[in-house]
Amino acid sequence: MTDRTSKTTHQVLIFWIIAGWVGFFLLPWYMVDGGLWSFEWLFDGYPFDEDYAPAAFLIAQGEKLWLAPLLIALTLPLLVLKRAKSDPLYARVLILSGALGFGWLIAQGFGIGIRGFNFNWLEAYFGELGDRQFGMGYGAMICASSLLFLLTQGIAARGAINGDVFVVSAIGGVITIVTVFVFFPIAKMLFAAFVTEDGAYSIAVFFSKFFDARLWGLGCFFGARCGAAWNSLFLAILVGFVTTVLGLCFALVVTRSGFRYKRVLRALTVLPIITPPFVIGLALILLFGLSGSVTRFVAELFGMQPTRWLYGMPGIFIAQALAFTPIAFLVLIGVVEGVSPSMEEAAQTLRASRWQTFRTVSLPLMRPGLANAFLLGFIESMADFGNPLVLGGNFDVLSTEIFFAIVGAQYDQGRAAVLAMVLLFFTLSAFYAQRVWLGKKSYTTVTGKGDAGVHPLMPTGLSVPVLVIALGWAVFTIIVYAMIIYGSVVELWGVNNSLTLKHYVTAFSVRFEEEGIRWTGAAWDSFWTTITIAAIAAPLTAAVGLVTAYLLTRQNFAGKNAFEFGTMLSFAIPGTVIGVSYILAFNVPPIEITGTGVILVVSFIFRNMPVGVRAGIASMSQLDRSLDESSLTLGANSWQTFRRIILPLLRPAILAALVYSFVRAMTAISAVIFLVSAEYDMATSYIIGRVENNDYGLAIAYSTTLIFVMLAAVGLLQILVGRVQIGRRTQSTTETPS
Amino acid sequence: MTDNKIGSKAAPVLFENVSKVFGKNVVAVDNINLHVEAGKLVTLLGPSGCGKTTTLRMIAGLEMASSGKIMIGDRDVTKLPATDRDVSMVFQSYALFPHMSVLENVMYGLTFSGFAKDEARSRALHGLQLVGLKGFDNRLPSELSGGQQQRVAVARALVLEPQVLLFDEPLSNLDAKLRRQVREDIRAIQQDLGLTVVYVTHDQEEALAVSDEIVVMRNAAIAQMGTPRELYDAPNDRFVADFIGEANLLNCQIVSTDGDTATIEIEGYRQTLPRRGLTNGPATIAVRPSRLVIGSDDGIAATVAKATYVGVRMEYTLTGAFGQVFAVHDDVDAPLAPGTEITMGFAGKGPVLLPD
Repeated sequence: MTDRTSKTTHQVLIFWIIAGWVGFFLLPWYMVDGGLWSFEWLFDGYPFDEDYAPAAFLIAQGEKLWLAPLLIALTLPLLVLKRAKSDPLYARVLILSGALGFGWLIAQGFGIGIRGFNFNWLEAYFGELGDRQFGMGYGAMICASSLLFLLTQGIAARGAINGDVFVVSAIGGVITIVTVFVFFPIAKMLFAAFVTEDGAYSIAVFFSKFFDARLWGLGCFFGARCGAAWNSLFLAILVGFVTTVLGLCFALVVTRSGFRYKRVLRALTVLPIITPPFVIGLALILLFGLSGSVTRFVAELFGMQPTRWLYGMPGIFIAQALAFTPIAFLVLIGVVEGVSPSMEEAAQTLRASRWQTFRTVSLPLMRPGLANAFLLGFIESMADFGNPLVLGGNFDVLSTEIFFAIVGAQYDQGRAAVLAMVLLFFTLSAFYAQRVWLGKKSYTTVTGKGDAGVHPLMPTGLSVPVLVIALGWAVFTIIVYAMIIYGSVVELWGVNNSLTLKHYVTAFSVRFEEEGIRWTGAAWDSFWTTITIAAIAAPLTAAVGLVTAYLLTRQNFAGKNAFEFGTMLSFAIPGTVIGVSYILAFNVPPIEITGTGVILVVSFIFRNMPVGVRAGIASMSQLDRSLDESSLTLGANSWQTFRRIILPLLRPAILAALVYSFVRAMTAISAVIFLVSAEYDMATSYIIGRVENNDYGLAIAYSTTLIFVMLAAVGLLQILVGRVQIGRRTQSTTETPS
Repeated sequence: MTDNKIGSKAAPVLFENVSKVFGKNVVAVDNINLHVEAGKLVTLLGPSGCGKTTTLRMIAGLEMASSGKIMIGDRDVTKLPATDRDVSMVFQSYALFPHMSVLENVMYGLTFSGFAKDEARSRALHGLQLVGLKGFDNRLPSELSGGQQQRVAVARALVLEPQVLLFDEPLSNLDAKLRRQVREDIRAIQQDLGLTVVYVTHDQEEALAVSDEIVVMRNAAIAQMGTPRELYDAPNDRFVADFIGEANLLNCQIVSTDGDTATIEIEGYRQTLPRRGLTNGPATIAVRPSRLVIGSDDGIAATVAKATYVGVRMEYTLTGAFGQVFAVHDDVDAPLAPGTEITMGFAGKGPVLLPD
C-alpha cells in the first residue's frame, strides 16, 4: 500500500513539474496579440521575437533577466523526485521552491510594468530599469499554476489534511483564483477612490467625492433631487418589502390553498430567470410610456395629457417588483413547505382554530424565511442595473451613477470607485446581516423522516385577499410578457401598429450562398459571442462551484469559515461593482485582459460561482458521508472518491449548475456593460445600445428571441434532470432502508 | 483461471496511549491502550457517546488520533489516512454506492489495489459467492433487501483481504430475526478465514454471542476487557455488571477472608465466594436475576412486590430490608402472587463481589 501512495503522488508531482517547464520553455510568456489560439505567433518570429518568446528564450537573449530566478524554483523539485513522500526534505524542498517561485512571479509582475518599475522606491533603489513588460500570457499562467501546486503538494506532504494532495491543492487553487479575481479587483478599486488626478494618493479626494451632494443630498424633501445613495436605499427597502409580501402570497396560494391552477403560478416563477432584467422595463414602457397602450387608452378616455410618470421611481419600482417577486417566492416556498405539518396539526389538536394556528405557529416559524426574502430583494434591487437604465429618468441610483461616472463625459474613475464602495457597503451589510442574524435561526423542520401530515389550508379570511393579490399579480405578469412578444412584431409602437416581422429580419436574417450560410442579421455577432462565452463559462463555473462545495461539505480545515465567507461574498457584490473593479484591476499588467473574451468568461465564473456552490452544497449534504468514507476505506483516494462516487451521484446538481450559469451569463448586463469591447459584444449590451437609440422594435425582438432560447435551455434541463431523478428515487430507498 | 480463494492477511492492532479530542475540549477517547490479537473478533461495547465508534474510526483512519500511537501489524499507521491503510469497513448504513451494480460495488476496492480487471472480477464473484449472493451481481443495491445489501457490504470489504476488518453496528438496520442469522454468518466467515475483526455494537447480547473478546467502554475510556464469560461472571464494577446483562447490586459485609475466598453476610445469610482482593468490611455484590433462588431453605426474607408473566418465565420484583431486586423464575405454572412472603437465596456460583 505504501508504494501505491508514493507512486500516485509522484505522478502528480511530475505532471506539474513538466507543466512548469512547458510554461517556461515553450509557451509565449506574455500576452499574445490576437490570442494564443490563432497560432499566428508560431509563424511570426517565435521563439525569438520578444513579443512571443518563452521566458527561457528571453533570458538567453539577455532580456527580462528578472525572470531567471524562476528557473531555480522549477529545477529544485527535480532533486526530490526519488525521495519518499514522508521524507521531511521532500516537503521542505517543494514548499520552498513553490512559495519562493510563486511569490517571485507575483512580485516581479507587480513590480515591473509598462513603464519599467511601478514603484518609485524600487527605482530609487535599483536605478532606472530601461526595460518593461506587458501582461502575463499563457506561459506565465501555466508556470504560476505549476508553482502553486508544487507548493500545495509540499504542504500536503508535511501532513496537512492527512497529507491529501487533492484536497490541499483544491483549497489552494480556489483561494488563489478567488483572491485574484474577487479580492484583488475590489482592493484595487478601493485604492482608486483615493487617487487624485495626478496619480497621488489623498484622503481629501476621497472625502470630497464621498460627501458629494449628488450622493447624499436630501433635496427631495424640499422639491429638489435626492442623492443617489438615498434613492437606492429607499427603493431597495421598498422593493424588498413588497417582493416579500407578494412572494409570501404566492407561496401560500401554492402550498395552502385549494386553488386549481397552482402549476401555472409556479411556471410563472421560472420567467425572471430566463429574462434579461431590463426586458420588464421595456414592456412597461410599451404599456405605460408616453406612447404606451394604457396611457393612450386612458388619455383618450378621460381626455388627459399623457405624462412621463413612469420614468423614475415608480417605473423602476414596478419593474423590480415584477422581476424579483419570483425570487422571494422561491425562497419562501422552501420555508413555507419546510414548516413541519405535524407542528400545525399539533396546534390544531390543541384546540387552536385555523387562523390561530396560522398566526401563532405557521407565521412565526416562517419568520427567518421572510427576513431572508427581504434581504435578497434588497440586494437584488440595489444591484439592478438594467431597469434603472431603461426607466430611470431623473431618478439617480447608485448602479447607473457608477456606469455614467466611468462611461459618460465625466470619466471619473475615482468617483465610480467611491460610488461602488457605497453600493458595496449597502449590499455587504445586508449580506452580513443575513448570515449573522439568520444563520442560527432556521426553524425549518425537514428531518428526512417521512412526515405524514398535510399542511392545513389558510383561514378563509386570509385566503381571499391572498388569492386576489396573487392572481392579480399573475395576470399582470402575463400581460407584461404578452406585450413583449406582441411588441416585437409591431412596426413602430404607438405610431404605426401594423404587424411586421421586419425587426426579426433586421436582427436575424441569413443568406444562403455558395460558400454556405452568411449571417447577415445585425444581431448575429453579439448572439454568437454570447452563446460562445456563456458556453465556455458554464462548465468552468459549475466546476469551480462544485469543487468548492465539496471542500465546504466534506472537508475540515483551518479557516474554513473564512473560506466559505470569501467564496459566497461575490454573491453580494453587485455586477456594476465587479465591472468597475475589473476595469481598474485588469487594464494594466500583470493581468491585462480587458477587451478580451477572457475577462467576460472570468467575470461570469465569479459572478455565478455562489449559485454553483449553493447547488452543490444542497445536493452534497443529501449524500450520506458514509459513502465517501467507505470508498476511502476501500483504498480509493479523495480524488478518485470525488470522481467516481460524488460526481456521478451529483449529476442533477451539475446539470442545474450548468444550465443556470449558462442562462445567467446570457441575461447578465450589469458587469458585462463595462467589459464588452467592439470585438466581444454581448447580446444584452447590444440590446441596451438599441434602446438608447430608441430602436425599441429591434431590442424587443432580440429580447424575445433570447427568452425563447433560454426557455429551450431550461426545458432541456427539465427533461434531462427529470430522467436522472427517476434513477435517484430508487437510490434513496437504498440509502435509508426502513 | 487461477484459484483465488479469499485468504487472510490478518494482523494485530495496537493502541498505545491513544486520545482523540474534538475541537478544543471534547474528549472522545481518553488515553486508551488496546491490543487486538490477529485472527480474533473483538467487540467494542458501550452506551452511545462512550467513544467506541471514534475508536473504530481511528483504526480505519477516518479520524486521526490527537495523541498516542496506532499500530496495525508491525506498521505505525498513526498518521496514515484511510486510503493508505490496509483496513476495510462495513458501515452501519452499508454505504453501497447507489449508482453501481452489486458487482461494481464489490470490485470497487479491488480496482484500486492493482488487480487486472479479470482478476478483480473473479475475486469479486468469489466474494459474492462466499456471502451467498451468487447470481445477484447485476442488480442495483436498491433492488436488494436489507439483509442482502448488508451481505454485499460484507463481501465488498472481505475481498480486499484486509489486515483488519471493521464493523460499525452492522446489524442495527436489520429486523430482530435476521440479526441472529447474520451475526452467526459473520462469525462463521471470520473464523473460517481467520480474520482480525473489530466490531462495534451497543447490544450486549450481540457482543456476548460473536466475540472472542469484549472491550467495554465508558466515558471515553475502557471500563473492562475480557472474554464474554469473564465479563459476565466477574464484572469489575457496577457499570460493567449492569451493562452486560442485568445485575442486582446488593450491599453486604465481608465478615472473614481465607486465602482467595471471602465470606459475606447479608441479614444473617452467609455465602463464600472469590475474594477479588477485598478485605473485611462493607462491600457490594452483583447477582444476576437468574441466579437468585426463590424459596430456598436458607436466605433473606423478601416480599413479592410485582409478578409479570412473559411467556418463557416469570419475572418478579422482590422487596426487603436490602432494597429491591429483580428475579426470574422458570416455573410459570405456579406463579407467586404479589404480597407473598418468601425466602431468597443465591445459587452456588451466583453472586460476585465488585472490587470497585
